Amino acid sequence: MNHSDSVGIVVPQSFAFDTPLRLQNGSILPHFTLMVETYGRLNADKSNAVLVCHALSGHHHVAGFHSPNDKHPGWWDNMVGPGKPLDTNRFFVVGVNNLGGSHGSSGPLSTNPFTGKAYGADFPLVTVADWVNSQAMLADRLGIAQWAAVMGGSLGGMQALQWAIDYPERIRHALVIASAPKLSTQNIAFNDVARQAILTDPDFHGGHYADHGTVPRRGLRIARMMGHITYLAEEGLGKKFGRQLRSGSYRFDYDVDFEVESYLRYQGDKFADAFDANTYLLMTKALDYFDPAKAFGHNLKAAVAGTQARFFVASFNSDWRFAPERSQELVQALVAAKKPVQYVALQSSHGHDAFLMDDTAYMQAVRIYFNNIAQEFGA
Amino acid sequence: MRIRDDLQLIYDWIPSGSRVLDLGCGDGELLAALVAHKHCHGYGVEIDTDSVLAAMQRGINVIQADLEQGLQHFEDASFDVIVLSQTIQAMQNTETILQDMMRVAKEAIVSFPNFGYWKNRLQIGLLGHMPVSERMPYQWYNTPNIHWCTLQDFDQLCAQNQLTVRERAVMSGSRRINKLPNLRGSLAFYRVG
Repeated sequence: MNHSDSVGIVVPQSFAFDTPLRLQNGSILPHFTLMVETYGRLNADKSNAVLVCHALSGHHHVAGFHSPNDKHPGWWDNMVGPGKPLDTNRFFVVGVNNLGGSHGSSGPLSTNPFTGKAYGADFPLVTVADWVNSQAMLADRLGIAQWAAVMGGSLGGMQALQWAIDYPERIRHALVIASAPKLSTQNIAFNDVARQAILTDPDFHGGHYADHGTVPRRGLRIARMMGHITYLAEEGLGKKFGRQLRSGSYRFDYDVDFEVESYLRYQGDKFADAFDANTYLLMTKALDYFDPAKAFGHNLKAAVAGTQARFFVASFNSDWRFAPERSQELVQALVAAKKPVQYVALQSSHGHDAFLMDDTAYMQAVRIYFNNIAQEFGA
Repeated sequence: MRIRDDLQLIYDWIPSGSRVLDLGCGDGELLAALVAHKHCHGYGVEIDTDSVLAAMQRGINVIQADLEQGLQHFEDASFDVIVLSQTIQAMQNTETILQDMMRVAKEAIVSFPNFGYWKNRLQIGLLGHMPVSERMPYQWYNTPNIHWCTLQDFDQLCAQNQLTVRERAVMSGSRRINKLPNLRGSLAFYRVG
């Protein structure tokens, strides 16, 4: 790793909070920890801070490397860094692992203070609004009264929207990318198939697999394989693999015939080794429950009526899991509520994953948007 | 402030403080001027990505969408003025967009190249070929413009849709034309409601 446009080596920091956090499901986390990474410098009047929210399987490691030999940079390294669309020479960027995550923040893998054992299945179901509340406490701790922007793709975009609704005076810009104001029925259905794969794995043990020394790998693997298909588009997947055969001819058994099978199994295995099953369950539920309009009589226009942020909304034409129409629902509500918004309907063959890719127009749009933000504080 | 001559005419027609929807806003020149100097609030709609990015750069509210899909993003009577500048002649559903515009706004400003312009008439009438002129720079086979009309034709369309023509202007080059507009004007402007 030695790239001039990388934030370089970063060290995650752990922030412990002793103020109890009341969750949407009624339970209380008496204290909790958030794992955080920051890039760039907070300016003197603290007006250049950007919160980057992660999607389903993400975490705090947004950009840069953890060691000189680190082969893989943070998950949004193409977006965040010196001279990149979200330019760390100008902005102070904060990445956080959400509550319930399995990368260092309080979650199913952390110790339950009441039992002295890992929470496992006992970690409460947290929602997007809960995450936003915990992130607001983090902002307080960092001395950030108002974010220049909160940005995210997919589930991350939902957090940006929730921020604008719940803390209107604390966010100047919301970037909602490849996201939706609520999941479609089909999305909820996909999520449940993924959960069923995990819940019915014989090694799941009601979520207390740690006590049994097992991990529901098979379930996680299937969940991820299925999820992965839905995040891509036939156009991209077909171009990459087509009907290519691994060994040149049909094997007439159930092992790997097609390259795409090999690819998916590899992705599934990699994920099952790295991700906690309870976290996957919890994060997909947070996705399903997200519906900020619900509290406003199912009227999205009313839900965004109190927002003060300017919005950037982006969708991708081949994204069928978070289709452009879902982004347009949000745009429509914002326009109806007379709120400022810029919406780009981008072309990409990468499906939902396009928000993590380098498509030129997309990168340019985000760059332009952040350039305009930077002008507000004279950077 | 200096904006394109034809946009200047539209700019002058829009009252200060209006809520404006600019269809086919391009790089957002008109809207940016209206926001900066006339305290207007508004949104631009544009399909071309480069134009959308240029409009973003100007900081205006811009929504990337295809007008052929209609104006379903916009609520009834939610704007004071809706602008369709040099686009209607390139649309499939000319009448539908006009009706949809009147649903969304109290008043519409439409501009289009005048097919009745004398140079166009000369080319088709005397020379016997499809006109190519300053406002219609395309050849017949590569033109995006599919619905040609003259001032008289547009008057008729408005009447057919019970739309009152509140004001009408024509330009030739960068000049306003007052006499014989349907013959001497290459670009027509309508204010209807």
